[in-house]
Amino acid sequence: MIDLQGYGPRLLEGALVTIELALLSLVVAIILGLLTASAKMSRSWLLHKIGTLYTTIIRGVPDLVLMLLLFFGGQIGINMITDWLYDRFGIDIFINVNEFAAGVITIGLIFGAYMAETFRGAFMAVDSGQIEAGRAYGMSERLMFRRIRFPQMMRHALPGLSNNWMVLLKTTALVSIIGLTDMVRVAAEASKATHEPFTFLIPVAVIYLLIASVSEWIFARLQKHYNVGFGEADEWNN
Amino acid sequence: MEQLSAWFTQLLADNSIFTARTLGYYGEGLVTTVQLVFLSLVIGLVIAVPLSIARGSKRKWIKMPIFFYTYVFRGTPLLIQLYMIYYGVVFIDGIQESWLWIILEEPFYPALIAFTLNTVAYTTEIFHGAIKATSKGEIEAARAYGMSKSLMMRRIILPSAFRRALPAYGNEVIFMLHASAIASVVTIMDLTGAARLVYARFYAPFDAFLFVAALYLCLTFAILYLFRFLEKRMLVHLRPLN
Repeated sequence: MIDLQGYGPRLLEGALVTIELALLSLVVAIILGLLTASAKMSRSWLLHKIGTLYTTIIRGVPDLVLMLLLFFGGQIGINMITDWLYDRFGIDIFINVNEFAAGVITIGLIFGAYMAETFRGAFMAVDSGQIEAGRAYGMSERLMFRRIRFPQMMRHALPGLSNNWMVLLKTTALVSIIGLTDMVRVAAEASKATHEPFTFLIPVAVIYLLIASVSEWIFARLQKHYNVGFGEADEWNN
Repeated sequence: MEQLSAWFTQLLADNSIFTARTLGYYGEGLVTTVQLVFLSLVIGLVIAVPLSIARGSKRKWIKMPIFFYTYVFRGTPLLIQLYMIYYGVVFIDGIQESWLWIILEEPFYPALIAFTLNTVAYTTEIFHGAIKATSKGEIEAARAYGMSKSLMMRRIILPSAFRRALPAYGNEVIFMLHASAIASVVTIMDLTGAARLVYARFYAPFDAFLFVAALYLCLTFAILYLFRFLEKRMLVHLRPLN
């Protein structure tokens, strides 16, 4: 591997942190997105309001501000809660937020809001006749979700999902500002120390482009998979 | 009402963070943020329009470099681009002796350049998509009228493409506003920079960042309503009759 004045291995470690962070936050974001989408579509007035409030506020504020708030405010907030628990009930716990976990939760929380919008639109795009047919077969709600709603929803959700993933990937660069040692932080430190910014920033940019290109390819395959049974129908219709 | 104002004065008297001074920081930050975003968007728009037309050219040597540029700038984080320009500009030979250095020494201009290059890449792709989506019938009609290519571009393709691009461009404007928060990383005192300063001085993350989040939220809604209004006016011919 290229040595890059001794920074090469650290840069690779940083790249691994970036990838892990991005993938784990994607999982958190998808789960939160599905939950919020169901909350926004539910008949309960309160759940709907909570879902709307969450997506509106998160999407209206810059990622970096939310990150700073959750990173710096998070620990203080948790300490307040644990202090209160101690005062009130005598429960003595101390939770120390690990930086990486905080990064995952923060990015997941931000992109959960974007995912929720994607999923909501996709769920609504599933033909209601399909759901009626499922019900007519006597399927339970859960079975219907697994066999009918989810696979058909994914077809509509994938373009939005891939978009969100690309933005999420680039957002992971921001954790370097807050103190996580991802590849951007390594590159920034190395540029300051050696006064050769391009030697380190260009490889990092290339790695980002590589990840983006690979994900594009994966999403194209997924799209093909979830489009099975729709492509031919279109051809017949035309 | 009196009770309310009494409660409000009490609240103001109790708080030691939001004094005239810190509010001044936020005010200056707001001006810097708006300047940065507005300038990069306007310059970006001017550059992106010809680029998006050239992006759809049939000649490979025109099309490919633009595609490469948009691919790189949309595929890498803005933070990296900002670092490259902010740290890299020093290393251009002889720049420190030239008159340009007076401008580039301040972090504002490297940031402006980075933001502009970034928004040009996104806007070019948005407009290119909109131009490509022009319906064939419109182009055929223009041709049937004997319009030249440039006249067709000016009278038929661009006006309808701009209208179609409006929603996506509105998203880009909001995206740019949010992305501008990273200007604070290169010591620019924008809104986020002001919030970080207040946080560092008082160690009060909730007050500092929630306040700035509310300001950003207001800006976002202002942009949102502006574009909704524009869409309503520009896309009036596409609305169903009832």
